[in-house]
Amino acid sequence: MDDFSSAIMAAVSMVIRLDPHLTEIVALSLKVSLGAVAIAAIIGLPLGAAVALFRFPGRKGLVVMLNALMGLPPVVVGLIVYLMISRAGPLGVFGLLFTPAAMITAQVILVTPIIAALARQVVEDLWIEYEDQLRSLGASPSRALPTLLWDGRFALITAVLAGFGRASAEVGAVMIVGGNIDHVTRVMTTAIALEVSKGDLSLALGLGLILLTLSTAVNGAVFLIKDMAERRHA
Amino acid sequence: MKTSKSILPLKLDNVSFEAGGKRLIKDMTCTFEAGPRTVIIGPNGAGKSLFLRICHGLLEPSEGKVIWQNAEQIDPRLHQAMVFQRPVMLRRSVSANVDYALKLRNVPKPERLQLIDESLSRTGLGRHRNRPARVLSFGEQQKLALARAWALRPQILFLDEPTASLDPAATHSVEEIVQAIHERGTRIIMTTHDLGQARRMADDVMFLNRGRLLERAPAKQFFDEPANDLARAFVRGELLWWTLGKDNKRNQGQPRTE
Repeated sequence: MDDFSSAIMAAVSMVIRLDPHLTEIVALSLKVSLGAVAIAAIIGLPLGAAVALFRFPGRKGLVVMLNALMGLPPVVVGLIVYLMISRAGPLGVFGLLFTPAAMITAQVILVTPIIAALARQVVEDLWIEYEDQLRSLGASPSRALPTLLWDGRFALITAVLAGFGRASAEVGAVMIVGGNIDHVTRVMTTAIALEVSKGDLSLALGLGLILLTLSTAVNGAVFLIKDMAERRHA
Repeated sequence: MKTSKSILPLKLDNVSFEAGGKRLIKDMTCTFEAGPRTVIIGPNGAGKSLFLRICHGLLEPSEGKVIWQNAEQIDPRLHQAMVFQRPVMLRRSVSANVDYALKLRNVPKPERLQLIDESLSRTGLGRHRNRPARVLSFGEQQKLALARAWALRPQILFLDEPTASLDPAATHSVEEIVQAIHERGTRIIMTTHDLGQARRMADDVMFLNRGRLLERAPAKQFFDEPANDLARAFVRGELLWWTLGKDNKRNQGQPRTE
């Protein structure tokens, strides 16, 4: 109980003081997670929509694979990315290991299947409603794709939020490819893991509370925007 | 979108459609010349909506051919439109819904603006142009579906029970719009359950039952003296059903009326 109250006190104190170390960790966390989610959305939304709209050999297998990849173990992804970008790996020449770019790469791999799989379901449901009308107007599946992404935007926001949830809470992959280097690749989740291993439970809990607050704030803000827009468009 | 060539007449040559091992449209042969308004009537399951979808190209016939005039020179899909029983509106404004349809047909922007203005004002939706389409009432959404079809200036317009869920006032508005579209030179083919509407709207009536075209006649002749016994019963408002034959197979029974 003491740990918990002192953690809250520590967290509140750090936030009020705008502790530079904390600010740096929070900023990097947001940069990595939001960056990864943005890239994953750019790839995953059209990919999911394409799987929903186009018929091609192996489509069912791809759907199963996308769904299965939603549960990718972060440490395995971290290890694979590590092997690819380490000095001896095929992408070692780019010198990405232990950089925020490597962390973003790992998280994009983790988040893209989540966004793509959820987007596929949303667009497939929408296509059932729209297909006759859009085909009647002369829209091919490729012309219908951006239309359905736009019309499904409110439901797709939830898919992107699910991706953000995964990215912001993820520790295994960013720890392996980022290395948790202070002032370089330390983010909230890796910092929490480090503080726990050092026995500084107060700071770890404080960071955890900030992480929870940030995650809730982002979700809350998006929910409000989505709710207002949804009401406007009935 | 503009062309001097006509895609009419539309000919159906021995068209059948099968789904799930059942023949839902059977050996349909007919021709639709430019001009009159055709109303297709028949009980539930007669195949009216399927027939429209096959004509419009949303479904491929299992057998037979749908033949459009001049199909080698112009794309028939670009000169037809369809309004469905339940209007599907995109999540955007009223005018953007019309604009979307025009963009798909590569209509240049200045012409699009003019067509949007014209179609919305002719359907009485001008004051709603900036409202989200999905907040409109059901009747207004159906009018918007007609406005979208109006803007496309189709040579032929298929209407699948466009007033099925509308009150008399909204039905009247929709019928007026359909009439205006027809007067502009668009061929109308519509389905309905409403015999009163069929009498008001039809120049030519087709009676379908269980996937077969049982009778086609000019409207006056059809309603005054239907040649087919089932059509006669339907026009009188009698219930149609099928008795079960041996082995409980419906197709072995005889059509009966009450």
